[in-house]
Amino acid sequence: MATPIATKTFRSLKHNFLKINNLLYTRIPFCKKKHQIIETAKQADQWQAVIGLEIHAQINSASKLFSGSGTSFSSVVNNQVALFDAAIPGTLPVLNKKCVEAGVLTGLALNCSINKVSKFDRKHYFYADLPAGYQITQQRQPIAHNGRINFTVFNPASPKHTIPRDMSVGIIQLQLEQDSGKSLHDEDNQHTLVDLNRAGIALMEIVTAPDMSDSEEAAALVKELQLVLQAIDTCNCKMEEGSLRVDANVSIHRPGEPLGVRTEVKNLNSIRFVAKAINYEIAEHKRILESGGVIVNETKSFDFKTGKTVSMRDKEMKQDYRFMPEPNLPPLRVYDNSDFPTTKKSSQAINIDTLRAALPVLPAEKRHHLVHQQGLSVAHALMLVADDDLMQYYNSVLAASPHLTPKLVMSVLATDLLACLYKAKLAISDCYLLPRLFAEVCSLLQAEAITTTTTTKLIQLMFNGETLPPADIIENYEWHKITDRAEIQRHCEEAVERNPKAVRKYREGKPRYFTKLVYHVQTKSNGCTDPLVVTEILKKLISEVS
Amino acid sequence: MVLLTAREVALRLRNGSLSSTDVVSQCIERSRLARVLNAFITHTHESAMSRAAEADRRISAGQPLSQLDGIPVAFKDNFCTKGVKTSCGSRMLRNFYPPYSATVVQRLAGKGTVMMGKTNMDEFAMGSGSVDSIYGPSRNPWSRSVRYRERRLGDAEPLRVQATSGQVSYSLPSSTEKQKTCEDDETLSDEDDWLIAGGSSGGSAVAVATGASFIALGSDTGGSVRNPASYCGVFGYKPTYGLVSRHGLIPLVNSMDAPSIFARSTDDLAAALEIVAGHDIRDSTTVREQYKPFSLPDDLSVKDLHVGIPTEYHAPGLSQGMLDAWSWVADLFDNAGAKVSRVSLPHTQYSIVCYSVLCACEVASNMARYDGIQFGHRSEQGSSTHALYAATRHEGFNDVVRGRIFAGNYFLLKRNYEKYFVKAQQVRQLIAEDYRHVFSSGVNVLLTPTTFGDAPSYRSFIGADNRTRSMQEDVFTQPANMAGIPAVSVPVMLSERGLPLGLQLMADNFHDKQLLTCAKWLESQVNFPRFDPVTDS
Repeated sequence: MATPIATKTFRSLKHNFLKINNLLYTRIPFCKKKHQIIETAKQADQWQAVIGLEIHAQINSASKLFSGSGTSFSSVVNNQVALFDAAIPGTLPVLNKKCVEAGVLTGLALNCSINKVSKFDRKHYFYADLPAGYQITQQRQPIAHNGRINFTVFNPASPKHTIPRDMSVGIIQLQLEQDSGKSLHDEDNQHTLVDLNRAGIALMEIVTAPDMSDSEEAAALVKELQLVLQAIDTCNCKMEEGSLRVDANVSIHRPGEPLGVRTEVKNLNSIRFVAKAINYEIAEHKRILESGGVIVNETKSFDFKTGKTVSMRDKEMKQDYRFMPEPNLPPLRVYDNSDFPTTKKSSQAINIDTLRAALPVLPAEKRHHLVHQQGLSVAHALMLVADDDLMQYYNSVLAASPHLTPKLVMSVLATDLLACLYKAKLAISDCYLLPRLFAEVCSLLQAEAITTTTTTKLIQLMFNGETLPPADIIENYEWHKITDRAEIQRHCEEAVERNPKAVRKYREGKPRYFTKLVYHVQTKSNGCTDPLVVTEILKKLISEVS
Repeated sequence: MVLLTAREVALRLRNGSLSSTDVVSQCIERSRLARVLNAFITHTHESAMSRAAEADRRISAGQPLSQLDGIPVAFKDNFCTKGVKTSCGSRMLRNFYPPYSATVVQRLAGKGTVMMGKTNMDEFAMGSGSVDSIYGPSRNPWSRSVRYRERRLGDAEPLRVQATSGQVSYSLPSSTEKQKTCEDDETLSDEDDWLIAGGSSGGSAVAVATGASFIALGSDTGGSVRNPASYCGVFGYKPTYGLVSRHGLIPLVNSMDAPSIFARSTDDLAAALEIVAGHDIRDSTTVREQYKPFSLPDDLSVKDLHVGIPTEYHAPGLSQGMLDAWSWVADLFDNAGAKVSRVSLPHTQYSIVCYSVLCACEVASNMARYDGIQFGHRSEQGSSTHALYAATRHEGFNDVVRGRIFAGNYFLLKRNYEKYFVKAQQVRQLIAEDYRHVFSSGVNVLLTPTTFGDAPSYRSFIGADNRTRSMQEDVFTQPANMAGIPAVSVPVMLSERGLPLGLQLMADNFHDKQLLTCAKWLESQVNFPRFDPVTDS
């Protein structure tokens, strides 16, 4: 471990390794081993990123947070604007109960404490698409706070994340607020065009703790949040339509040192962009700090064309939002079974316990069930839970043939059927290989009537339009699994005989030549032999011959 | 006829001795005669006549919509009226024709009342004189009171010169003399020798006082209805906050604004309240349960009443006349068997300074929407969006409004929020606590002056700036808005100068019936003269 003095010295010398080593070696005699110091220096040079997210999720509701106008995404410009949304003088906000319910439900799904009394505030700034000059939000006393989201970080394409890892990130708060309108800048004519259709749509702003340290973790969190919100149907999470938008706060620091200055990348509208923007930002912070620069607390946007983040000029000046309580809305009161007023009908007020009871099975629970009850791998569970259509197919297969082992079904589904779909560029919902027939194939495999190689071929054939029942196909093509040991023995002997070079090389200690022998048997037997049995016999043969 | 109460007229409409068309035409004539008083920004005489005709058909068919069917009403120009200009007395909204009507406007229309027009006010209701309107000041009709004029003739030199130069009657006895009178009034205005109406709802007070309307709505945030009611000799009633919907009322201070009523009797106040009060789904701050419609009893007694006299209201600057009126009325209560005792409201003295912070904050926030983009005035200049905002807001608001916006934004800065806004909120709680304490100790109503004295002259009023005036004028009325409690100004007598003096009654939250019943008793005792400031001379 580095002593405090050493750490201090490092910092003052800005990572000049040579000097540091010499200095420390002479000045600090109790630091005995030179390699220890170098090790410490290396560690100190390891930047650690700290990432927190602010996620804006549009609430799935027919009308806006404080007005009766509609919320559909594709409607004609300025066609879903109530007087209140245009800030016509004298109009007042009327809170939409459905939106509050969505907020409470989401809070519960994210393991938050629900505040029985929450309040609305005005956040002031001038912008053309903010007609009132302020946004109504919940800054001081949000509807929910102090929650947690649990998810698995797993990305086979990212070297650091090939093994699924469970993670838990704190939710600082969940607040209800209004969305703004949209501005369209017509640079040629020096005009700004404003569309207020989005103005006043209900948002949930979900603020996470800065518990993440790389872009994959952030991306996994967003993915999980999408699954949760879709499961409880409080947001459609269409990032491409802006229903779910992510702001990422990024800073870097060295272990043991105070947090660095952060920058905020706003309005990321795809999970891929979340990861890319964070990676870019981390690299940028490193570059700046290592060249002796200073990070400026600023707001940036992500340019997906260049893959870079750029400073948002109009928000460069530090804003003082001059928060003030919204005087036109009384405090928002929700109840639970213990204090639900007897004078009120159940439709008149919100009961937390009623909503909690209505929570569906959430993604994490679904995965847990798949892994622990059905014996699937974590990767397969992630895959299933992330795709409702796939899950539905999987369940239909198991429903058609309840005797099937889930693990076997998922394995055939993931390797064979998904490969076919991928090749044909089709979605699982477009797959016309019926789950019932798929189940028949799996049954043959499970009964060891066919090999995995045959299974693959069978699925391909049926996927491509073969309408015969799988049992008949096997009959026609003579694809029965060869169980006669003598027959396999014959194929193996032939393989050894015909491939003396491979046998020799294998004996010389090159195991990869063994596969050539297996391949030979497989080819000769039309893939109908069990590779395990083949391997066993081949090994025996080779050792006997020697 | 025009100085009858709405209830009295309503009876005549029912028995057929009057028609709504007659009543409305006479009100139109009255507002023409009193044109120089500048009570109205917009007249809606044409639609009023047709609505009166409709009312007559309903009444003669025996199917009136309410007891006020066919009765003329007027609205302060900060209540949105669909298709009728709603300017708030400001350049900013000079071209604003709302696409909807305020709840109170809808409710009154739905019960058959006839809108006569939109009344003058201080710009965005910021003021206490109705002198800061782009349409010019409203004048107090009592400027024409003979007694006042006689008093004034005995005044200092410059006034005498002016007065002698205008050797005429200031009354408007008939339309034949109208031309002449208008010229006289020009002279009068040049000399600034007239009385202010009070404000900010001065136009509505003048409309009721002159017979141009029987009932008028104003908004009362710090006394804006009670103050002009006192100066113009009419009743001005601020209901409990939350009783009447603010939907469609262009706000000054949302948490204190109360749509309020001017009338010539307490029964008229109650009749109008019955129509406008009650829960409104469009205003979340209106109460669901607390309000039950009521009318006032005719057999009145104050025997079981406990009247509190807050000692703090005996403030420096209180005129002798007002003090006399106050003690006279306290004695009336006492003699009638009410228990009258001194009470203390120690924190109410901080109400004004507290109000100046809270008002500025809400103003800064509420005014943020006036950027010239969606509605209202838009500047011709503007090289960028923010330059357009700046020019629009500079041109659209007067310096009073701009001043409050600046102050409010300052108070709301992150570094100042705790120091000003939070402190002011705390003081507000203490003020409300004072009232709770007094009312829970058994006091039913509080009796105080409404204003320091009778109406000041324009000349003396504009001697101080708007802010100073607002702070002076609202001292007695403002605390009720802080606590949300109902309050009514009752005209009780004429001052030495022959001008009206109003006393204020306040009651606990949602005790509006008790308050108005008490006011009705007082009304029956004081016999305030039914004086017509337009024609009586």
